Amino acid sequence: MSDETPRAEMETDIVCVGFGPAAGGFLTTLTRGLMNEDGTPVAESKAMPGMPPQVICYERADDIGFGVSGVVTKGRAIKASFPDLDLSQIPMAHEVTNEKILFLKDPVGASRRPGLFKLADTVLGKWMEDDAYELPYVPAFLEKHPGMIFSIGQLNQWVGGNLMGTGMAQIWPGSPVAEPLMEGEAVKGVRMVDQGVEKDGTPGAGFMPGMDMKAALTVVADGPVGPVGQHLDRELGLPEGNHQREWAVGMKCVVDLPEDCDWEPGTVLHTIGYPEPEIFGFLYVYPGNVASLGIFVPSWFDSPVRTAYRYMQHWMMHPYLWKRLQGGTMRSWGAKSLQESGKRGEPFLCGDGFARIGEGSGSTNVLTGSGVDEAWATGVQLGESVLELLKDGKAFSKENLEATYVAKRRASWVEEEAKVAEKSRDGFTKGVIPGFMGMGLTGLTKGLINMPGKALKPQDRIPTVEEYYKGYIQEGEIQKIRTECAKNGVSLHDALMDRVGWPEIPLDGTLLVSHQDALLMGGKVQANPGYADHVTFADPDFCKGCREKVCIEACSGQAIYTNPEGGTPLFDREKCVHCGACMWNCSKSNPRDNERTNVKFRGGSGGLHSAEN
Amino acid sequence: MGNEFHIVVCGSIVPDPLQTLAPQDGPNGPILQNEMMLPAVLDPWAGHALYEAADLAAKNPGSQVWLVSLGPKAKLQQVMMAVSQKAPFQLVVADGSSSGFEDSYETAKVLSDTIDGIAGLDKSKLLLFGGWQSASRGSGAVMQMVGEMQGVSEQFQGVDKITVGDDGAIEVLERVEGGSYQKSVVDGAPAVMGWATGELPEPPNNPQIGMQNMQKNMPALQQAKPADLSGSSLSFASVEVPQQRRETRIVKDASVDEMAQEIVEWIKG
Repeated sequence: MSDETPRAEMETDIVCVGFGPAAGGFLTTLTRGLMNEDGTPVAESKAMPGMPPQVICYERADDIGFGVSGVVTKGRAIKASFPDLDLSQIPMAHEVTNEKILFLKDPVGASRRPGLFKLADTVLGKWMEDDAYELPYVPAFLEKHPGMIFSIGQLNQWVGGNLMGTGMAQIWPGSPVAEPLMEGEAVKGVRMVDQGVEKDGTPGAGFMPGMDMKAALTVVADGPVGPVGQHLDRELGLPEGNHQREWAVGMKCVVDLPEDCDWEPGTVLHTIGYPEPEIFGFLYVYPGNVASLGIFVPSWFDSPVRTAYRYMQHWMMHPYLWKRLQGGTMRSWGAKSLQESGKRGEPFLCGDGFARIGEGSGSTNVLTGSGVDEAWATGVQLGESVLELLKDGKAFSKENLEATYVAKRRASWVEEEAKVAEKSRDGFTKGVIPGFMGMGLTGLTKGLINMPGKALKPQDRIPTVEEYYKGYIQEGEIQKIRTECAKNGVSLHDALMDRVGWPEIPLDGTLLVSHQDALLMGGKVQANPGYADHVTFADPDFCKGCREKVCIEACSGQAIYTNPEGGTPLFDREKCVHCGACMWNCSKSNPRDNERTNVKFRGGSGGLHSAEN
Repeated sequence: MGNEFHIVVCGSIVPDPLQTLAPQDGPNGPILQNEMMLPAVLDPWAGHALYEAADLAAKNPGSQVWLVSLGPKAKLQQVMMAVSQKAPFQLVVADGSSSGFEDSYETAKVLSDTIDGIAGLDKSKLLLFGGWQSASRGSGAVMQMVGEMQGVSEQFQGVDKITVGDDGAIEVLERVEGGSYQKSVVDGAPAVMGWATGELPEPPNNPQIGMQNMQKNMPALQQAKPADLSGSSLSFASVEVPQQRRETRIVKDASVDEMAQEIVEWIKG
């Protein structure tokens, strides 16, 4: 007789995975249309006859407001959904009042600047204030004015509250989904993550296999590193010619600005040039003297020791910013990786029983640096389409979803602008100067002229530590540093950054805090017990021979760390912020699928615990 | 023969303790900044009471569990999506502030009146559960007052374990000073139990239980009556949340003894 715990199974009509801006747009649109004006449902639920269609959304994090980002957006789609939107009703939201692009000079002399940047440092020097040159205008393709800034966590709280108030959709936080339920190429629902298991997934005391939630339509809104989207991409592949090879990690914090700070609410700063020419910075000022600020570290920054946290601190200490930040206090901190292939990374948008929306569906616009509004728009498009299909009594088949959702998306501004942006970053595959030129060309010619270039897989781009520091540090010395770091069980990046001249961060305990303290300040990690680790290594033996171990160097939460016994790195999910940087930054291909890396990032519980990021 | 209990758990929501809290002056006294936008959780003390109630009900067939909650309806809805996955219960809602700046007596009165309105509640089987203390209303007095208003004189505070005998008598372990327990036996319901941490861990999320709960609980949320908390004579001279103090210093090559000594000195102030 088997003593296996049976797997529970339930049925609903629509199941949505992940609650972010895309799901917000979808559920807001859908729930408004599920009932007719006379109080009758537009269609009858198949799962609960007599009721309107049952809609359930599962969210991994412990609350629906734990999104990680400060956002500046034109907000066209969001405004269209809420024509009377009063931003003062949402904490940390404000209209954009002042937008600047700044070229930052290297004030410490450690930045790896190409000649043109050095020339710019000199030529623009006389017009600089505090080592920063303010570009005379913001190119139209980058401009977000008139637009809005907000904390994605607070927006999600607001949208989620509105949604639940309707009683037409259920949003379940703390409910990680493991994978889609597939029959051939059709999706029949989702399987929740098993509970009561050891870290390696073996059943322990209180084992409860994840429930199967069957649904006529599965809405995949689980972002760039979501397990359902990733599973579909593995099973179905990507449309011909598409790839997901462009990534970036966004690392940011929310700061209480010092009292005498003269930044007005609605101020938006974009920075280029420092701490490394490849790294962009952003700063948005909210009401109440609070700001969201941070950096983007993109995949074309070819450093195998690309710690974002220390680079963010050096960026904050740039004279232009530091003048106004000094004396501030870090309130929370976080990181998220962004899928920056844009339309090039678009997966199959729908199939029998499923549709994909949001960032994981390739909606992020890589030219305008805009993703939240696009994600919301794709959610709205699907919401409208689902309502049409429900009213017409049509099935959620590939054909019907293509005729509605995909057709709407193709005809929308999201698609039109995505096409313009499609080749905008190709230049970066050849270097940072061609990259900026390419972006400028694409933006100014609306996509007619682009800098050519071929995207490589991140793992094919990342050089060895020796190659990267060639001309800066001798190989023998790198070996010495590596041995020393391994002996002390610490990562390489601090030692190497120190060695090439980056000054030590003068930790002040309030704004400049150690990486470990940042993990405890406002944006704490919550990792619920009873779940398997969500970060594993596809072939642990591969890791033993890896000399770069970018997973350790790039880990946003220092959750992946040096194994004192050598070999495969260790993982502590009590520190993991679920950013996914390990997965796309790994320098080794998965031996069974060389488009992917050797780090597997699966569905898991918890993550960063902050509502204001 | 089993014992049937009608267990009423009083438990509200509190701002997630992992968030940054800041009190502000509101039109009617102090409020929490962004209370409506802060994520909230079921008060951890009440959570223990709820999980003990669910366990007791499961062991005594025919028993029922109600969760009576005074809190802003919109926030309760979000919290209940998480809580309802953990244990079967029926939600009864009084819609009002749960910021922690309310008078204990008024809070108790609202809870007691709400309990009086529960259809089908047999008070001869009543076990009134709640947190011994609260993460927001820390006076620890609310449960005692609710018990008095309900006319329940058998009251136990700081409960960590109860054992129900075959005859329905309940053996109660209450925390007393010095890390000891006081053991008492009560003949049976009705009784008030102000729970300490209990013995049960937080149950894992079970979406099946959640879905069954929410089918009943969503209408309860929609029909929630506004709670009247306006009659308080309570006034606050000043309000402040405990501040965390963080002093980071980098010291290299310190021995464990030196670090321990420094921490001791720091704690001594």
